[in-house]
Amino acid sequence: MNFNVLSLIIFLPALGALIIACISNSRAKLIKYVAAFFTLIPLILGIIVLFNFNKSAPVGAIQFEEKASWIPLINAYYHVGLDGISMPLFLLMDFLGFMVVLISWKIDLRPREYFAWLLLLETSILGVFASLDILLFFIFWEIEVIPMFFLISIWGSGRKEYSALKYVLYTLFGSAMMLAGILCLYFTTGSLSMVDIMKNGIGVLPAVPATLIFFLLLGGFAVKLPVFPLHTWLPDAHTDAPTAVSVVLAGALLKMGGYGMIRICVSFFPTIARQYAPWLIAFAVVNIIYGAAVTLKQTDIKRLIAYSSVSHMGFVLLGIFTLTQVSMVGATMQMVSHGLITGLLFATAGLVMHNTHERDIGKLGGLARQIPIITVIFTIAGLGAMGVPGTSGFISEFMVFLGSFGSTVLHARVLTVIAILGILMGAGYILWLLQRVFYGPPQDKFNSVKDATKLEVFYSALFIIVIFGIGLDPSILTNIIKTGVSAIIH
Amino acid sequence: MNLALIAPEISLLATAIVVILLDLFVQRKNILAVVSLAGLALAFGFTIHLWGGNPQAAFGNMLVVDKFALFFKMLFLVSAALVILASTDYVLKFDSFQGEYYALVLLATLGMMLISAATDLISIFVALELISISFFALVGFLKDAKSSEASLKYMLLGAIASAILLYGMAFVFGFTGNTQLGAISIAIYNMSLTGASAAPGLMLGLILIIVGLGFKIAAFPFQMWVPDVYEGAPTPITAFLSVASKAAGFAIILRIFYTAFNFPTWLSHDWGMIFAILAAIGMTVGNIVAIPQTNIKRMLAYSSIAQAGYLILGIAAMGFSPALSYLGQSGVLFFLAGYTVTNLGAFIAVIAISEKVGSDRISDYDGVLKRSPMLALALTLCLISLTGIPLTAGFLAKFYIFSGAVQNHLLWLVIIAVLNSVVAAYYYLRVVKVMWFNEPKFEGKISTSFGLRLALVLCCAGIIFIGVSPYAMNLANTAAKMFGF
Repeated sequence: MNFNVLSLIIFLPALGALIIACISNSRAKLIKYVAAFFTLIPLILGIIVLFNFNKSAPVGAIQFEEKASWIPLINAYYHVGLDGISMPLFLLMDFLGFMVVLISWKIDLRPREYFAWLLLLETSILGVFASLDILLFFIFWEIEVIPMFFLISIWGSGRKEYSALKYVLYTLFGSAMMLAGILCLYFTTGSLSMVDIMKNGIGVLPAVPATLIFFLLLGGFAVKLPVFPLHTWLPDAHTDAPTAVSVVLAGALLKMGGYGMIRICVSFFPTIARQYAPWLIAFAVVNIIYGAAVTLKQTDIKRLIAYSSVSHMGFVLLGIFTLTQVSMVGATMQMVSHGLITGLLFATAGLVMHNTHERDIGKLGGLARQIPIITVIFTIAGLGAMGVPGTSGFISEFMVFLGSFGSTVLHARVLTVIAILGILMGAGYILWLLQRVFYGPPQDKFNSVKDATKLEVFYSALFIIVIFGIGLDPSILTNIIKTGVSAIIH
Repeated sequence: MNLALIAPEISLLATAIVVILLDLFVQRKNILAVVSLAGLALAFGFTIHLWGGNPQAAFGNMLVVDKFALFFKMLFLVSAALVILASTDYVLKFDSFQGEYYALVLLATLGMMLISAATDLISIFVALELISISFFALVGFLKDAKSSEASLKYMLLGAIASAILLYGMAFVFGFTGNTQLGAISIAIYNMSLTGASAAPGLMLGLILIIVGLGFKIAAFPFQMWVPDVYEGAPTPITAFLSVASKAAGFAIILRIFYTAFNFPTWLSHDWGMIFAILAAIGMTVGNIVAIPQTNIKRMLAYSSIAQAGYLILGIAAMGFSPALSYLGQSGVLFFLAGYTVTNLGAFIAVIAISEKVGSDRISDYDGVLKRSPMLALALTLCLISLTGIPLTAGFLAKFYIFSGAVQNHLLWLVIIAVLNSVVAAYYYLRVVKVMWFNEPKFEGKISTSFGLRLALVLCCAGIIFIGVSPYAMNLANTAAKMFGF
């Protein structure tokens, strides 16, 4: 393929957003079809890219590369491309991009702005995963804030404006540190190209200690992932965001943090990463255990899933900083898998909330009789979140633990054993949630609650197929991810 | 004496005089705006024509025509034109004196153009006074209590600042025996001074100059006049003051400190450190005090103090940069270009909205999106650019100016600056929130004049253009390289 397929995928949603901005609000149906079209095409192209991805390319090779000079004065390029690590995440966002349009089908409040922002959000996240120039990466990273701000504040619920602003300020705080880090990196290497810096290392540093740069950059990613204690924006943003935005947030936005850690922190600063790895995996374990513990006592269905994300992202952090090939492949798998599973969980939780008008777990109950289809979907997604074999959740967590247990990082073995407790707690909160919401005696007030529509069954089925597809044949992804990881961990 | 070198200034002066005379005869005052714009366009044409040449001194080294000066002249001419376009509605508030209004704007612009080219302490001072006196009158144009108070305050404080500046210049002259910047530099170099303690008189002069000029650029702690004056002045003049007058201050600071005080190294490090501290405090104070403001003009006033802090950071970077490095200067130039379109855009949107809403209170901006989507979008874009979100001028400007500071080992200052931009996001987004999420208190569309719409569209286009294309950055870089003596 020698046409600019990546740029096409990245900017088609933005083009769709522009077109939608020109359609009147009263033609909501048309807006939705346009949005679906401009996200379906990137998904199809993304799948084509996946099948054309060369798994036997030399280590560290960038595929589908496009490079054009942008601002010569500061060595900035428009440079995009995919390798084994970004490919699955890029495709994940393509998939979620189309799914969230379907999930948003019931949106009728100011649909023009809603779908325009949603599509713009997709472009910016796709851009983050495909960028190979640090400035470009940062630009896409930062743009994402604006659609999120509007999406949460206008279409959210509860304390939506507070949550939106909190999200924005946390993100900007993270990216402020990141910007300082990027400037230092640019100063010491004179280059903004990720490929070059990865190849040549950061060189001898004349003035700025490399550790400082490492932590400045890590700070930005840690807010996004999120790492305890920088996670407090997440429950608020998730809880108050509209369903589709929660799906993108959990599904793809958090992954930007994990991706950045692998792509920039670990691969640019391998020695510093190793030096501080024991601390970072300790934080990972705190994330897992603390996240799971807090999840257990949540009473709001969305907040519960939000906190479970904190716990699950702990596995990603653990996988990355135990610094073995297997664990890092596992971490990347976990990002993809969590994106799908939690995406589906949020979508279904959104259905429950939308159909019952109730989000307090204590007041829900016995829904299995009234809405059997949603119950089945939710249960399957829950099994994935618990990491039951056959789902993608199992294989990714298994690989993380396998890798970290054999890691040479100090205390890795002990911490891994503690982290496995998180799985147990995960099973606890998911099963307990299922029990409280769907089982038990049916309540009369929910007798007229509608079950899932055809469209909802359709997208849930797509999610489930992918979750089990990856779970049953993980080599589809692991072979690809391995080509990227082996360039970073030798 | 080559008059062609000051053709832009001559044409501007002629236009100002023509405008005053025309005012006596024409009934339709719109013509005055058209004539002023034509004069600005003519001056712009001359400026572009001069761009190709090498630096040339004129009038016995009083002035120089180099790319640095020409860059600023273009900046001033563009901002004056935008201000005049945006004023076409606003001038109807004045019963008479429209001719004087336009003429004073042109004369202030003339002063700015001269100051960007001035290379002698005398010509610098004269040009500065031309700017100041024009603004004293312009600020008081509304003749109501607030406007008059603002004018008086600005004049008294401005006079003190001028006196301090002059005092500083006298010290420098006494110490070096020269008023010409290049000659001052050579005199200092020949003295082979070893440190600040060897030249207390010179240091005192330097500090007094910083104080005097710090007033012009609203650097902390010489910013006290800013909120009151910005609030009281006619909004187009506030816009002009916050953009062009500030840019003129930066132009002359860059010129003086780069040309006269760049050697020896300890000297430039000394004033670099002074500026670094001013920058750190200025942006922090500006941003924090902006948060509780309820009046949008006052909020923008404090935000402009913070933005001045980012700019001063570029000057500090210049102080610490090795000889022949121009990253600091070019960062300041580029930031000023981006800041000019952004802040002008914000103020122009405020002119339009406040005019119809009838107040400058942020809480009265409720639901502007419903009443005028274009104005709300434009103001949102400007505020996003002020926050420094990518694809706007504000982001690239910050990136560039910060990268200059990092390269000159001012990482601590950059960290303060990036954290400050998070604080700033809070109060900028609050205005966005009010416009987008709240229900409008009153019904009815907000209508705007053609001139104002045109100015706003140009500003927004400028924000995107500077934020995306490398063109403006290249221009700033070329200009920063071409410092003539």
